[in-house]
Amino acid sequence: MNSELFTLPFNLGLYFILIYSVVRSTVWFRNLSRSDKLRLQRGFFGRPFMDSLREISMESLLHLKIFRKNPVLGYMHMSLAFGWFLLIVFGTIEADFFGEKHLNPPSHAIFFRWFNPDHGAEGFAGIYSFWMDLLLAFILSGLLLAIIKRFTPRLMGMKKTTKHTWTDRIALTSLWLIFPSRLLAESFTCGVHGSGSFLTGNLGNALASFLPAADIAPWFWWLYSLSLGTFFFLLPVSRYFHIPVELFLIFMRNSGISTGDRHSSYTEVQTHACSSCGVCISTCQMSYAAGIHDIQSAYFIKGLRNDRDIAGITANCLMCGRCEEVCPVGIELGPMRLIERRQGERSDRTLKLQEKYSLMRRRSTLERRPTQSYRYLVREEPEKADVLFFAGCMTHLTPSVIVAMKKIMDSAGVRYRFMDENGGVCCGRPLMLAGRDREARELINHNSDVIWKSGAQILVTSCPICYKVFRESYYLEARVMHHSEFINLLIEEGSLRLGYLHKKVVYHDPCELGRGSGIYEEPRAVISYVAELQSSEQERNMSLCCGGSLGNLTLSSGKRAMIAADAARTLTLGLPDELITACPLCKKTFVQATETKVSDIAELVAAALPAPRRENAKKRPARRHSRATSNG
Amino acid sequence: MSIAQSNKFGFTINRSRLIDYDSSDRKVREFITLKEPSFRLCFACGGCTATCTAGQHTSFNLRRMNTYIRRGEIEPLREEVKRCMLCGKCLLVCPRGVNTRNVVAAAADAIGKLERNEL
Repeated sequence: MNSELFTLPFNLGLYFILIYSVVRSTVWFRNLSRSDKLRLQRGFFGRPFMDSLREISMESLLHLKIFRKNPVLGYMHMSLAFGWFLLIVFGTIEADFFGEKHLNPPSHAIFFRWFNPDHGAEGFAGIYSFWMDLLLAFILSGLLLAIIKRFTPRLMGMKKTTKHTWTDRIALTSLWLIFPSRLLAESFTCGVHGSGSFLTGNLGNALASFLPAADIAPWFWWLYSLSLGTFFFLLPVSRYFHIPVELFLIFMRNSGISTGDRHSSYTEVQTHACSSCGVCISTCQMSYAAGIHDIQSAYFIKGLRNDRDIAGITANCLMCGRCEEVCPVGIELGPMRLIERRQGERSDRTLKLQEKYSLMRRRSTLERRPTQSYRYLVREEPEKADVLFFAGCMTHLTPSVIVAMKKIMDSAGVRYRFMDENGGVCCGRPLMLAGRDREARELINHNSDVIWKSGAQILVTSCPICYKVFRESYYLEARVMHHSEFINLLIEEGSLRLGYLHKKVVYHDPCELGRGSGIYEEPRAVISYVAELQSSEQERNMSLCCGGSLGNLTLSSGKRAMIAADAARTLTLGLPDELITACPLCKKTFVQATETKVSDIAELVAAALPAPRRENAKKRPARRHSRATSNG
Repeated sequence: MSIAQSNKFGFTINRSRLIDYDSSDRKVREFITLKEPSFRLCFACGGCTATCTAGQHTSFNLRRMNTYIRRGEIEPLREEVKRCMLCGKCLLVCPRGVNTRNVVAAAADAIGKLERNEL
């Protein structure tokens, strides 16, 4: 029993994948920008390295994020990753401890039972082989769940699971084969020699009682080695490449590297770090509310990885950012999609297998030339003002919001100037979302000029779309505030006197304001000051998209209505008197989707303003505070 | 009436309404309809034009653009399409649910392709 020929596939595969990973990481490192290289080097000797180690053990091994989302799904990932890791670690220790000599080659640890068939009959060795059997059982339980999930994803809290390419399928099959073949190989060998613990020992005895175990065992050891070898060879061209790449990604991210605005090594690493787990698919409203199942981030990343023409997928996304919130790997999916939108067209070609192994791929894209030009805009000389109010294009379609804002600012005695009273210039964000950044820059320059010349201290906008771009892409001295923030400021200053409306309301976080800009508390503070705020099923960072998003260029109005109806239904489950939002686009979209009254936060506050005539006759209206309900 | 004015009287006083079908180029229209099928739903009510942000600063007129595209008049379209800011207001007012924003984006792409001789 010392023929070692069967270890060949495993050994070849293992050394191939080790060398390949090192070479590929080196190429990625070399292609990083100078500053990112410095970040990485500094990170290696500092805290980021320790943080990465912790994150790797928490996420790559234990999969805590998925665990929190769904315990069964988390257990499945954890048992496969952490269980396999433990099996390798303890297998190596076992081989080192009980093997013929110290520092064995890896194959002696992996195929330990073949080389030491009589090991582990009694004493400490017996306890150790019990532990090894327990680990194997742990992995096999996860594998069973994985098989169940593939056929009935709903049981695991997944609405949909990812469709795979053929290399993924072969890799998946070989991965699935690894552990059952190990179990059977060990069982047959144990059956012959009367060793093994509760799993391999008992199964081995049972099998050996009616089968010629000594003849069958080598076949399963071959199968075990072959499936490991196949898995290692397919690793770089399948989704399982995420296993080594994710470690690199975690370290890069902790060192302070971010996606930026063009394709780089980092986007390439992110592309390969996606495990196609499909969590983004079941979170996507386009999938479960509108029945579009082929444009989600997992498919977007897969298209990038295989250099397919994904213009359709790239454009057909609401850019709501929910997938980014749930992505267990933490890929910056929004910025990646925007980069891809900025790129020109991509010629569609199917990569040959050998091309998928190539180290640094040149993407076949055409440079996009500017399609728009705004030379017709006339630079104006604005009046000076402390507070500048920019309603935004969309707010002009909901004039009641503008009326309410004027009322509030007048009541608080704010000296403001209405920047786009007669219809202004677009903020540029819609162009950016359509991948036309250079054109957007023209509008940004125009608006910046007006804002700078006005000498304003505060720029208030009623539209979260404008708010995000003002904050991120404009260079302004003025403090940019969304009107919910501004109203909150006015209330805190005491310059706004408000009554209390006896209403139950629910608040919808607009994507660009909540996930996009991190404004969750101010609108809630304002609302609970004037009304009773209900919490809803999906809010804050998991808030739904209304469906009206400008992020999607191609979605039809019918599909938008389906998303809006679904979102409105979820929001109004608690039967609120009013559905409050802070975005004119959300308001326009929801009005058509629900029976409940939809108002902007400014309208709600304006309704709580005391009537001007009565104010003189009576004393101050009673003011009630209710801020406790905001944490839901 | 002066002589100069009287010379303009008659056929020259209005711009010609003649549509030259020989110079009509349907490629742009076909490209747009392929990229955004809802373009066919447009019944030229002009709501988009009334609300247009770019229209307040310039002569940009989505309803007129629609006519140009349908007639296959590419020359006037070339400059016109550049003026849109893609802000999406027209999308919200359209009574027929035409994805107007993508119509303009597709038209701009079509013009670009035409210049590169790819259409």
